[in-house]
Amino acid sequence: MKILVTCKRVPNPEQKLKIGAGKIDLGGASWQINTFDEYAVETALRLTEKGKGGERSGEVVVVSIGPKDVTQQLRGVLAMGADRAILVGGDDGALDADAVARILQAVVAREKPDLVVLGKQTVDGDSNQVGQILAGLLGWPQATFLASIRLAADGKSATVTREVDAGVEEKRVRLPAVVTVDLRIIGKKAVRNEALAGADAEWDETQRYASLKGIMAAKKKEIKEVALADLGVAPSPSPLMKVVAYEAPPARKAGVKVASVEELAQKLHNEAKVI
Amino acid sequence: MGSVVVFCEAAENGIRAASLPALTAGARLAEQQKGSLIALVIGSGIGAAAQDAARYAPRVLAYDDPKLGSPAGAGAPMAETFAPVMADAVKRAGATALIGTATSSGKDILPRAAALLGAGMVSDIIAVTAANRFRRPAYAGNAIEEVEVSGPVIVASARQAEFPPAPPAASVGSVENVAVPALDALGAEVVALHATVSARPDLGEAKVVVSGGRGMKAGENFKILEQLTDLLGGALGASRAACDAGMVPNDLQVGQTGKVVAPQLYIAVAISGAIQHLAGMKGSKVIVAINKDPEAPIFQVADYGLVATWEVAIPALIAEVKKIKAAG
Repeated sequence: MKILVTCKRVPNPEQKLKIGAGKIDLGGASWQINTFDEYAVETALRLTEKGKGGERSGEVVVVSIGPKDVTQQLRGVLAMGADRAILVGGDDGALDADAVARILQAVVAREKPDLVVLGKQTVDGDSNQVGQILAGLLGWPQATFLASIRLAADGKSATVTREVDAGVEEKRVRLPAVVTVDLRIIGKKAVRNEALAGADAEWDETQRYASLKGIMAAKKKEIKEVALADLGVAPSPSPLMKVVAYEAPPARKAGVKVASVEELAQKLHNEAKVI
Repeated sequence: MGSVVVFCEAAENGIRAASLPALTAGARLAEQQKGSLIALVIGSGIGAAAQDAARYAPRVLAYDDPKLGSPAGAGAPMAETFAPVMADAVKRAGATALIGTATSSGKDILPRAAALLGAGMVSDIIAVTAANRFRRPAYAGNAIEEVEVSGPVIVASARQAEFPPAPPAASVGSVENVAVPALDALGAEVVALHATVSARPDLGEAKVVVSGGRGMKAGENFKILEQLTDLLGGALGASRAACDAGMVPNDLQVGQTGKVVAPQLYIAVAISGAIQHLAGMKGSKVIVAINKDPEAPIFQVADYGLVATWEVAIPALIAEVKKIKAAG
């Protein structure tokens, strides 16, 4: 089982966003891997494991698009346990979802994975498009916003659950396929490869963090840097969607402190009329 | 000149109420483009939905085929078959735009349709500002983007809460039953649809959300928040810190890395108010913060702040709410 996972760097969501003159100033931002992409890495790793900390079988390849600095974040992902990484050089801030998906399509053509796992969205652009566009371009089945995934023992299909408006949908897709993961995917029993792990296998309810051993091992792992031209993708795919300006949302007014629970309840009832 | 195709999701007896905001967004875009509105209804046995859609748009394209239903019988839309049908409708109508509501189906299918059309897509629009310009939130609502889409076709999803439901038009439109193109599900199938049985509303749609933070100390302490939540008919949430500490499952997480909520009433209990949490809830109409630390940043966004421990405040608040309900 070969799994391709996408990872995008995003500005740390704990930092306050600097918006001025129609632009976002990311000059002082610290960067980290998009959280949903970390969940995607965790998902891929679990799909290659016999259980928590168990023997591994299969390969997890991570791909990112961005400047050379991203190697730093990719080292972190390799330290989690991914086997190797590909960094496609490009201006991640200027690419729209369509351009990203076309680059990934070229990477898929090269790597020929059985499964592509993405986070459902990045926490900066919030577009929630790339996985679906990639599946459309490849003509592969898709399963989005996964709460769980079970790979069949024969490695030919995956059965997933996904949260939809009406409840929980159970969908089966033939491999190769594109899947995107949501919050619940890091549940203890949310991910399992039937060829490797039994029904009782469970993991910690979190994405794993790099161990010291993992960090040492990651130093020896490959991060292959490729240019768009190497992939046969036009160097600057013209964006179909571009952001022309940013502005800050209207600020909230500071409210009042209340002295007691009784006062709070009365204000909510009589003033705000919400209870 | 062109026309705007609006994907109207089919329910048993009509189109889903969730699609009415997309019809409004579509009408606004059609106005900007000086074009007309076309409703698109896809599924199996969708006659009633197509008739319903004709109340809102002068022209309805209906793609009715058993293969567009699902073995589960719920008619769950699948991206593999719905996206090509959407692309077919856009081409057939010579349309310049395709819009749907950002429901779970809209989010799943519209980007795939955009890929098939070679069109640019803009997600979660909150306003139409020109024939190819839109406003949308990014960074979990910490920034509002003005975006421009180029190319002959625009695909967009509309935020449900940001556009009012479309009113019925003065006259009823015409329904065209269109021949469904050859469909290939690509080996995908919906095996089952498990309807939500929870007595609590969904976190993303609840009118009241009560969230607990790391200050709740342990998972079992969330039980008292559940009591308050149920009393208010709301949904339970949590901060990332509480989820990371293993107190509650990750899917309760409210914040930039979790769910973005905008209820009528948000009650943050023992939550300090990290930026990434604020990003997920500051669109709420009324925010209440209960925290023992008077300096907690959550108070800066709260309409009503109470400096108190949850151990004291929550049982008292439950009692007060009961009193109000009994009196009301």
